Amino acid sequence: MAYTLHFAAAMLACWLIAQVLAGSTWTWRSPRVAILCWQAIGLGVGLSAMGLPIALGLAPYQRGTGSALLALADDLRHDTLPAGLGAVHLGLVGVGLGIGAVLLTTTVRSVHASVRAQRRHRDLLTLVARRDPTVPGALVLDHPGAAAYCLPGVRPRVVVSAGTLSLLDRAELAAVLTHERAHAQERHDLVLLPFTALRRALPWFRWVRAAHERVSLLVEMRADDKARELHAEAPLAGALRRFAAAGNRITPVGALGVGDRDLDVRVQRLLVTARPPRLLGGTALAVTTTVAALPISLFLS
Amino acid sequence: MTRLGDLERAVMDVLWDAVPVTSPGVSVREVAEALDGRELAYTTVMTVLDRLAGKGMVQREREGRAWRYCPAASREAYIAQLMLDALDLGGSRDAALVRFARSVTGTEADVLRAALAAEAGLPAGTAPVVAAAPTDGPDRGLSDRVDAPQVDGASRPDLADETAER
Repeated sequence: MAYTLHFAAAMLACWLIAQVLAGSTWTWRSPRVAILCWQAIGLGVGLSAMGLPIALGLAPYQRGTGSALLALADDLRHDTLPAGLGAVHLGLVGVGLGIGAVLLTTTVRSVHASVRAQRRHRDLLTLVARRDPTVPGALVLDHPGAAAYCLPGVRPRVVVSAGTLSLLDRAELAAVLTHERAHAQERHDLVLLPFTALRRALPWFRWVRAAHERVSLLVEMRADDKARELHAEAPLAGALRRFAAAGNRITPVGALGVGDRDLDVRVQRLLVTARPPRLLGGTALAVTTTVAALPISLFLS
Repeated sequence: MTRLGDLERAVMDVLWDAVPVTSPGVSVREVAEALDGRELAYTTVMTVLDRLAGKGMVQREREGRAWRYCPAASREAYIAQLMLDALDLGGSRDAALVRFARSVTGTEADVLRAALAAEAGLPAGTAPVVAAAPTDGPDRGLSDRVDAPQVDGASRPDLADETAER
């Protein structure tokens, strides 16, 4: 029973920390640490969700979850199940393994879908995008709307639309390109992948969706930081404002999506240069690592 | 691989720019002739067209003993689709693109979707699939719709304003 309680505690801790982390603003000052914290929480939640029913089902063994699982496998093979271990217990173990299988298949399917969509996108880019001397290393889409993005992969592509070229001046454009290259270099698509998969596996949990949105914003902030290292704040903030204004132009007030609020936050944080909160970040990292390590150690016990 | 991509692009350009005269589509020989400057073998052009057909980028129809090829969708429709992907309006998060910022308005999104829907011969609002149900030949009217004044109005006057502010 103690093991079940430990898993439950880890789960609860993950949920509480996620609530605190989603609401705190220090994360904006050190996005990389915050991303690591979210990853630890994600791992902790996944493992605890599997471990909770498994540990409950294995309670009759009265030993560590990992060794109890091995013992169960052994007993099943020899058909010598211990007394007190009924169908309900076996069912619970099955539920736990099932959760693990669902998480795994969702991730695999998510990867598969992304790879296919990216290949299609890449093929289309080959056919319709052009190179432009004003943006070396990037592809240009001839469309008046403003868009700038990175198609991730082994050979990533940075793409801007013609609308973006006319919207931004040269310094702003350079900052945006550095921002997109940072996404490509640090493989931010892989950072987001498990959260996209988790969101797809558990679409009805609001806080899973919130976690995904938080991490998306943090990834943007991390790329903003890379761009400001190279080009200073002004051009990047300028580019963000112009993007926001391009949208605001004909959208009635109040009809803005989440993306637009995030845009404000990103501009705001570029205007104030604050030192990253090392103590707070270190503490958060230590706490989240612990909640991720707890279920791991339980499975190894 | 880059060279193959270049070839595919050149071939698509020929198909898109072709003016349908007698029957819809262009034969392999006509494509090879249009790409005269590249001195490509007939079989090379055929291979490229075959690949494009495999990817669903071109449609083909048998005429006698030869195939006639035409683009599955117009250049503008493909650009519209890429923009929808880029702005995360395509309805799926599958492409997992990482965007600089979302800047598009509801109106622009409608224009983009309408462009795709018109191309596929579907009523606006239905899920656009470029590969499905092509119209015969490239739809030239599409570019007018994608470049509708309201889209221009989203960025151009705004640019003028901001430049004036400086």
